[in-house]
Amino acid sequence: MSAHDVAVAGVGMHPWGKWGKNFVTYGVHAARAALADSGIAWPDVDLVVGGETVRNGYGGYVAGATFAQALGWNGARVATSYAACATGAQALDTARARILAGMCEVALVVGADTTPKGFLAPNAGERWDDPDWLRFRLLGMTNPAYFALYARRRMDLYGATQEDFARVKVKNAKHGLENPNARYRKEVSVEDVLTSAVVSDPLHLLDICATSDGAAAVVLTSVEYAQKHGLAGPVRINAISTVTPTFPNTVMDMPNLSTDSSLVVGAPEHTFKESIALAAYEEAGIDPADVGVAEVYDLSTALELDWIEDLALCKRGEAESLLRAGDTTLGGRIPVNPSGGLACFGEAVPAQALAQVCEITWQLRGQATGRQVEGARVGITANQGLFGHGSSVLLSR
Amino acid sequence: MTVTPAVEGWFTTGPDPALVGSRCVTCGTVFFPRTAGFCRNPACDGETFEDTELSRHGTVWSYTDAQYQPPPPYIPRSEPYEPFALAAVELPEGLVVLGQVADGYGVGDLRVGAEVELVVETLYVDETGDRTIWRWKPVTEMGEETDQ
Repeated sequence: MSAHDVAVAGVGMHPWGKWGKNFVTYGVHAARAALADSGIAWPDVDLVVGGETVRNGYGGYVAGATFAQALGWNGARVATSYAACATGAQALDTARARILAGMCEVALVVGADTTPKGFLAPNAGERWDDPDWLRFRLLGMTNPAYFALYARRRMDLYGATQEDFARVKVKNAKHGLENPNARYRKEVSVEDVLTSAVVSDPLHLLDICATSDGAAAVVLTSVEYAQKHGLAGPVRINAISTVTPTFPNTVMDMPNLSTDSSLVVGAPEHTFKESIALAAYEEAGIDPADVGVAEVYDLSTALELDWIEDLALCKRGEAESLLRAGDTTLGGRIPVNPSGGLACFGEAVPAQALAQVCEITWQLRGQATGRQVEGARVGITANQGLFGHGSSVLLSR
Repeated sequence: MTVTPAVEGWFTTGPDPALVGSRCVTCGTVFFPRTAGFCRNPACDGETFEDTELSRHGTVWSYTDAQYQPPPPYIPRSEPYEPFALAAVELPEGLVVLGQVADGYGVGDLRVGAEVELVVETLYVDETGDRTIWRWKPVTEMGEETDQ
């Protein structure tokens, strides 16, 4: 608890899936759910922050205003954020900053998307100076291929197996069974994963998350506002980390074709992903040992194992041991992705970091029916997006 | 019909092809692909770069393959599609560079830490002829082939 805390007054989502509707429909649904959860009326919101979607035309580029207009112009200030997969967290951080500066009391943060089927491909046109275009043109390097590089390193360096990766999917599929917002709610066996097609060795189709439609929204207020309006013991956001890498970034990151060189300036003490979590822990004054639940960005099963280590929930190379011991399963020492994670949701880019915050909020309130982590007091989220974006949010109650 | 690189100025051709990077003349940091404008070392305000050929040999940082045809702007070389392998390779210059793996080699020929060398091969064919790209080829140790 610190002077930098803000209160989570309400959270809401539109279920993930392929619904064939406009992103605004999803966003407004989630926003109204979050407002209803908070008990705060829309006219009392004085800041709207939208998570930009790059796949929905001009309305998506100005998502904050699009949602504000759809809810009915109420004169609120508006902002729109884009930070690839970390978009939702950056939007949340914008809202938090304005609240902490005393320039706003109630902020509504919304992210929503519709996503095409199959590989995420770059925008159209020839762009010889854009690494996101060049990696497809010159190498045929898809997103799953980057995930597979990380997975293979775990196998060759730490002795991970494809069965381990499959066990992550089995666990998350089980976690998501009772989650009404999850798209996939079906048990999966290790054999199901291992007999699904290999997309990029060593990853099978069921190791890789799908792309989905979905929306998530969070109502943030100052701690004083929450007290004044009778929101007793709200979940608080203690930290939002949106740090960028430190030069030289020596880990191959999507969509780059190379890393920085560490020959002249040596590699920093922490990798980019480690530094994302470290900044959150430092800002909150919370120790990794205090974390009771984590929502991490399992774009692939193997990436969940990387994140567990990046969040300092165990030492490097030990995530498979935690997994095999059931520590990261509901009922275990440190449940990871009790929502079912991206394995059960699929990715809806600007909504995803907010969805993680929604889940941790429900967990800390004891409202995660059918997937509740008993006694969780502190929760953390983590994700990483293209071009040096990443986020980690620490929440407690 | 001619043989031309699929991207101009990124690698040399000939018997000993090499990637061409940029070296900041102020701090010496090497970048690939080539860069211009401003040095990305935060402690350096250099704005002048010279071309530098990177080492032709490196070690595998990790590897995978593409079992499904990547979406455009990737241009497949064959119909039906044939999968290919990919490797991220650590070079003595202190950076890791991605590349496809040479024709005839797959993930079974690779391991983290293994040595590879740079070759230039055909990426796709268009109306002008073969368009080439750099690739990583596993270095077979002496005697290894006859042992198998």
